[in-house]
Amino acid sequence: MKPLQERIAKHVRSIPRSGIRDFFELVVGRDDVISLGVGEPDFATPWHIREAAIFSLEKGQTSYTSNLGLLSLRQAIAEYVEGLFKVSYDPASEILVTVGVSEALDLVFRALLDPGDEVIYHEPCYVSYSPSIVLAYGKAVAVQTKVEDNYALRAADVEAAITDRTRVLLLNFPTNPTGAVEPVEELEKIAALAVKHDLIVVSDEIYCELLYSGADGMQPGEHTSIASLPGMKERTVLLHGFSKAFAMTGFRLGYACAPTVLTEAMMKIHQYSMLCASIMSQYAAIEALRNGAPEIERMRRAYAQRRNLMLKRFAEMELPCFSPGGAFYMFPDIRKYGLSSKEFALRLLEEESVAVVPGSAFGPAGEGSVRACYATAYDKIEIAMDRMAAFVKRLG
Amino acid sequence: MDALLELLQQDARLTTAQLAERLGRSESEIAAMITGLQEKGAILGYHAVVDPERAGQRHVSALIEVKLTPERDGGFDRLAERIARFDQVRSCYLMSGGYDLAVFVEGEDLREVARFVSERLSTLDGVISTATHFQLKVYKQSGFTAGESHADERLAVTP
Repeated sequence: MKPLQERIAKHVRSIPRSGIRDFFELVVGRDDVISLGVGEPDFATPWHIREAAIFSLEKGQTSYTSNLGLLSLRQAIAEYVEGLFKVSYDPASEILVTVGVSEALDLVFRALLDPGDEVIYHEPCYVSYSPSIVLAYGKAVAVQTKVEDNYALRAADVEAAITDRTRVLLLNFPTNPTGAVEPVEELEKIAALAVKHDLIVVSDEIYCELLYSGADGMQPGEHTSIASLPGMKERTVLLHGFSKAFAMTGFRLGYACAPTVLTEAMMKIHQYSMLCASIMSQYAAIEALRNGAPEIERMRRAYAQRRNLMLKRFAEMELPCFSPGGAFYMFPDIRKYGLSSKEFALRLLEEESVAVVPGSAFGPAGEGSVRACYATAYDKIEIAMDRMAAFVKRLG
Repeated sequence: MDALLELLQQDARLTTAQLAERLGRSESEIAAMITGLQEKGAILGYHAVVDPERAGQRHVSALIEVKLTPERDGGFDRLAERIARFDQVRSCYLMSGGYDLAVFVEGEDLREVARFVSERLSTLDGVISTATHFQLKVYKQSGFTAGESHADERLAVTP
């Protein structure tokens, strides 16, 4: 018999193991660790949303839903999206409810790519982008964002990467892992490029409610979606969901908003692979959209305070870090210590029991930095910062 | 000011230095804000929120609904303030609806609370009637849910 390893499809074999997984296995089983390595809120889902999920179970709402998702949820999404992004979508045909944004990403690439089609995305980035493209037989083309630009994406760098096989441009602002926000002027240039080269833009805006503006970073910022720029709605797939701002990661619920033809194509795949998202999660999501705003703001203010704490402490320990405008991540620059991001993270874990994620887990462009998440209790961050300060002092 | 109160309402043990750091202000500014809030009576006081059962305290709490005859000058205030001053009264509110005052009383045992009601409260001029409800179990107190686990169940490293 042929070795099983060789039975695995080539394109699956070509995908490396996630750097996050490797690191996770080192942290597991140590109970003294303060983890800044998570990518999700430390808050439980607000009670009124959990209660709505329970109520839907009590009422016996345990069936499949429409493949697109409950119409009442799609209507609530349309209203919410119009308020937040200033773009209107038809709930009947332009919104697809998915099992998290992760599923939506998979659907959009499978729907849009023929083998060898190229997708341009910016790196450092969320770990699933490149694999999702490769699994859809596409070619993942990374454009590097740089710390000197505050990890914003330069339109000129995008243009330089465009070939006659480029079909899709994938954006993620605010960005995991850097917390970067794209300046509107640059976003406009990128939109113009998409029109000029006839690209579809896939925009993952999962962190868009978590913005920090004003001198003290405490004010909610104004989010601009590329879908709202002139001429862009018809070529944009807007991805959003409930995990981050509503603290609903475990509900696994996201959505894609796109022109009818694209929504229909994604739905075709979704109906055969997933059928529909969990109905309980969908009812919880309706409650989240209708009444979740005060809780989102309460959590955002808590993140803002923690963000300020980390910024201040990094400055005190002379660890260079740009001031991120969104999400809940810091991406300090560790190059001056002469360690790789993995070595830095490993030694910090072993010597001080603080877990951060090596920047290289977010693509080669992430090397030289580590990701520290501030979705953790303030007093734990205080202790983690004391430990980190002792660690970098020893590194000199 | 609202952000300061929000933090103190969650955890009044935060030091001036900690509050200053979280709110991006100087310690002296925070100290002045707190003094201001105390002086105008916006902050009435600070205390630990205790679940007496878990703390093993000998303790009885009761809610007493009190009906009063309002006075020509001053309505309920004079009598309500008089009732509120008793040490046994932990909280006292004027209510809309079927009765006038909600009086939360604490004592070591049933007898102490009962005696307070029969000897002190119901004998006051102007008190028409009282109805005493003893508290059986704490589920939530002053915004804190009793017996809730605070363990962080997230995976230690996630994308």
